[in-house]
Amino acid sequence: MSDLDKINSIFNAKIDSVKTKEDLQNIKTEFFGKNGQITLQFKSLGSLDHEKRKEFASNLNKIKEDLTQQLDKKNIEIETKEINEKLKNEKVDVTLPIRPSRQGKIHPVSQVIDEISSIFSEIGFSVAEGPDVESEYNNFTALNTPEEHPARDMHDTFYLEENKKLLLRTHTSPVQIRTMMSGKPPFKIIVPGRTYRCDSDQTHAPMFHQLEGLHIDKGITMGHLKGCLDYFIKEFFEVKNVKMRFRPSHFPFTEPSAEVDIGFKIEKGKIIIGEGDKWLEVLGCGMVHPNVLKNVKIDTKKYQGFAFGMGIDRLAMLKYGINDLRAFFEADYRWLSHFGFDPLDVPTNYRGLSK
Amino acid sequence: MIITIPWLKEHLKTSAKENEIIDRLTNIGLEVEGVTENSTELGKFKIAKVLKTEKHPNADKLKVCDVSIGGKEILKVVCGAQNAREGLITIYAPPGSVIPKTNFELKVAKIRGIESRGMLCSESELNLSDESKGIIELRNKEKDIGKSYFKSSPQKVIDISITPNRADCLGVRGIARDLSSTGVGKLIQIKRKKIKQNIKHQIKTSIKKEKNQGCDIFGSCYIKNITNRESPEWLKNKLIALGLKPISAVVDITNYVMFDLNRPLHAYDADKINKEIIVRNAKEGEMFEALDNKKYKLKKDMCVISDKSGVLGLGGIIGGITTSTELGTKNILLEAAHFRPSSIRKTARALNINTDAKYRFERGIDPESIKEGLELATELILKICGGEASKFQITGKNSQKKKVINFKKEKFEKLIGISITANEIDKILSSLGFKCKKSTKDIKVEVPSWRPDISLDEDLIEELIRIKGFNNIKLIEPIKNRTQDTLNFKQKLFHLAQRSLASKGYMEIVTWSFTDSKIDKQFSKGEKEISIFNPISSDLDVLRRSIFSNLAIYIKKNQDRGYDDLSLFEIGPTFSGKNPGEQQIVVGGLKSGKINRKSWLDKERNVDIFDIKGDVMTTLVELGIEEKNLFVNDNTKYCYHPGRSGSVTLKSEKGPHLAYFGEIHPAITKSLDCKDKNIFGFEIFLKNIPEPNKKLRQSKISFQPSDYQKSERDFAFVIDKIFKIGILENIIREVDEKLIQNVSTFDVYEGENIPKDKKSVAINVTLQAFDKTLTENDLDEISKKIIDAVSKKTGATIRS
Repeated sequence: MSDLDKINSIFNAKIDSVKTKEDLQNIKTEFFGKNGQITLQFKSLGSLDHEKRKEFASNLNKIKEDLTQQLDKKNIEIETKEINEKLKNEKVDVTLPIRPSRQGKIHPVSQVIDEISSIFSEIGFSVAEGPDVESEYNNFTALNTPEEHPARDMHDTFYLEENKKLLLRTHTSPVQIRTMMSGKPPFKIIVPGRTYRCDSDQTHAPMFHQLEGLHIDKGITMGHLKGCLDYFIKEFFEVKNVKMRFRPSHFPFTEPSAEVDIGFKIEKGKIIIGEGDKWLEVLGCGMVHPNVLKNVKIDTKKYQGFAFGMGIDRLAMLKYGINDLRAFFEADYRWLSHFGFDPLDVPTNYRGLSK
Repeated sequence: MIITIPWLKEHLKTSAKENEIIDRLTNIGLEVEGVTENSTELGKFKIAKVLKTEKHPNADKLKVCDVSIGGKEILKVVCGAQNAREGLITIYAPPGSVIPKTNFELKVAKIRGIESRGMLCSESELNLSDESKGIIELRNKEKDIGKSYFKSSPQKVIDISITPNRADCLGVRGIARDLSSTGVGKLIQIKRKKIKQNIKHQIKTSIKKEKNQGCDIFGSCYIKNITNRESPEWLKNKLIALGLKPISAVVDITNYVMFDLNRPLHAYDADKINKEIIVRNAKEGEMFEALDNKKYKLKKDMCVISDKSGVLGLGGIIGGITTSTELGTKNILLEAAHFRPSSIRKTARALNINTDAKYRFERGIDPESIKEGLELATELILKICGGEASKFQITGKNSQKKKVINFKKEKFEKLIGISITANEIDKILSSLGFKCKKSTKDIKVEVPSWRPDISLDEDLIEELIRIKGFNNIKLIEPIKNRTQDTLNFKQKLFHLAQRSLASKGYMEIVTWSFTDSKIDKQFSKGEKEISIFNPISSDLDVLRRSIFSNLAIYIKKNQDRGYDDLSLFEIGPTFSGKNPGEQQIVVGGLKSGKINRKSWLDKERNVDIFDIKGDVMTTLVELGIEEKNLFVNDNTKYCYHPGRSGSVTLKSEKGPHLAYFGEIHPAITKSLDCKDKNIFGFEIFLKNIPEPNKKLRQSKISFQPSDYQKSERDFAFVIDKIFKIGILENIIREVDEKLIQNVSTFDVYEGENIPKDKKSVAINVTLQAFDKTLTENDLDEISKKIIDAVSKKTGATIRS
């Protein structure tokens, strides 16, 4: 057995017993240290003659490489073991609670306004707004509401003065007047907003939200009105088909006027919109009354169009199964957590209106 | 308006089924709100006798009554009525019956420990009148004990909602006419028998000519020698079916004619009229006792029917006690008049009276229905009560002009989108009572006297499409094309602010725009209160001037429910004056409670001003303002803690005011009696957030990262205690805006080793160049510059 073979076999005998970093260092020193066995062999190279040296050097390098590799492998083995050993003692209980945080939510009314805006945006409507305090003229007179109409009563309308000149708007319709007064046709707007009526019981709140729609252009007919509302209802309730009924009605500011009912049924305590043989009134609409157009100086020979109005809170209640209108405005943290929407749920047309 | 099918069929010849009629009604705009079968329910109410009453052992105001409904059985019924007494004959509702007024189904129940089998009813509970003081007292009914009080045969009662423009449909005949136009049946032409009118009209009638006279026509008939009596069954049943209480033949007949022909009438006891009838305006302060047993103080200009002694009735609204008819009445004056809707409305509103007649007159009664109404009523009175009638005396004349519309049929198609033929127009309008005359150019349409609501082409178009059917309109799909922005800049901000705050843990609330003046006052000192003239309640009496008023109320309510760690926000209007437009959109938030409450991980602490400042600053950045343009200063207002609050303005102290933030003033949280008074708030004023003049895609400059090493240096300055660190940081930033990438304060210390009026501030500065790695020399040089600038501008020294 040559010296090198001997070294190799000694190494092999020892490497298996290496367990710790310290053992490893020792064996490293024994073979590769200043006076290590391999080091010494390299030192002895000089004393060999040329022929032998070449062959010996080649063998020596091979064995050096082999042993180094084994040492590296051992090193990784030990380190892995040490890490695993350490990690064994680092186990935490992941079922412990996280740091407390507060979860914010978007109010159902806001969410539904965003849904509605997204739907009407698709067919070219833009959002218009107006003040909450209105003149009697914009809220009633310009909208063809007769002087003695019961809606003008103190029982129905909040006034700021006894002379009834200023009031809290009872509908979003005065924004029609403001929009048409300050621009030129065509008009294609929706108006979501706060509205007020002197009414307070289980199903009425003194403040609620209304959505107004107005489309004035050349040749806009009741057929367009029907199409627009049919589209909206289907999109809003996210159903393919919806049973819808236009029922003649009366509003001072439209002629002809209609109320729109949609079909529904109750299944397992849940309301299903769009089918069934029960009817639910959802909105009022009609062709804008010529007196209204005259009041805002629009040429009724050229322009005509439709308007509609609906309760946003009511739409939210129907879509999301909320049964108490008053709760919308009572700011109960529990109710808001339950019915509120995650701020990241922004209604969009490409991702869908709702989760 | 309530109708029954048999009554309808007196005017409409039809073989249609009830369901079909009901559907048709709704489809032509006479919306059916409910259909009930009255007999099965009402049949349960029995005539009963109270045999004995005893005081309830556990309640002072209640009695325990022994009630008999004819058989041997004695029913124990607990009753609260004062007039419940031995021998009284009244109406008994057994368990299982549904009380018409409340729709409440009775059950056998213990009332204060005593079992009660059913109840004894008041008139109001049975919807017979508004009388709710005691239980019904029936006379001469001993023989009927045990029988059903309501004897009507089974019939469907249809409740129709009539829109305010359709006064003509407040009578059965009007509804029949509308139905006939849909082809569901034929309107029956009624031939009236000629009545004998031989005697002389005994009472002079006149309408006084004066300003604002509310009466146009006063028609009347004098009928003498009648025997007023209980109405025959057919008449009583008709009225009961509508929910009316039969009174006497004369009164019942006037009511019947009102519901049948939509023609209100009034009957006076002619012997109680002092000489003559004068229709005139009331004198200011004149008193009048009406049939509802209330006394009214009248105002001038109210239209009254009077005689030589005084007011007999409020024209078209309610009759008076002094001339009311009774069972013993012998001679009557029957009135059919026409009153102006505006006059009726004004008077009824001022006196707060609502009657069936008023309801009809204020919507507009056919002025040409006077004669027909008198004819029908006189005929019935003569038939039921006997007597002799005079000729009708009609004073005044119809002031309404005949309306004729020249209608072009093309207008229909232009507005509705589908066409209609001239024949169709003629057929529909004629069946509704319009007279149509076709010519080459157009159709001359004469409007019937009972349709005050029709005056324009559009009104006729509505009539036509309503009868033709909305379901025949062809739907036109909307075009998906956006030619204008959906939201403007301010609307986008509104939307973004909501999402921004909700994502920071704030719960969005929506509250009234009005609030409690006592609370609003605390948040809006000095500004003028904006009161609502007719508030819904005294704690919702003003428009809110601060977004905090309602937020504070609701944070307290939630605290009271046991929730302490609250973050609430609202975005909405606050008001600065009572004129339209004196309002602005404010985002307001309140945050209370603790951070890390009961956390096993971190120490819990109170919410503090830097939490709220952080929320404001990041929200403003998310709303599009660069952080470096947010200028924070300690300008504040009274509703905040003076030392723990501040403002954010744009770019400099004088810039637009973006927000306030800080601790809510302890005096306010104390007066609100908040459980946890550690409440912080902010207000962001959306109107002051500037719209960028460039779109993002235009304003983003190209991205140039530095490839060189960055370095950091820490400085500790000893500086005047009152010096603002925000300003100190800015001074450092301005030393070299190219090299200095970030400046941040990481420690503030006051106390030992630092002079009393000073503080020590430790600031970390990040430095990086674009063209090289900074050397020790470069760093020393810039450090020196920083120290020099700071000491020159603030007098601070480097802490050794």
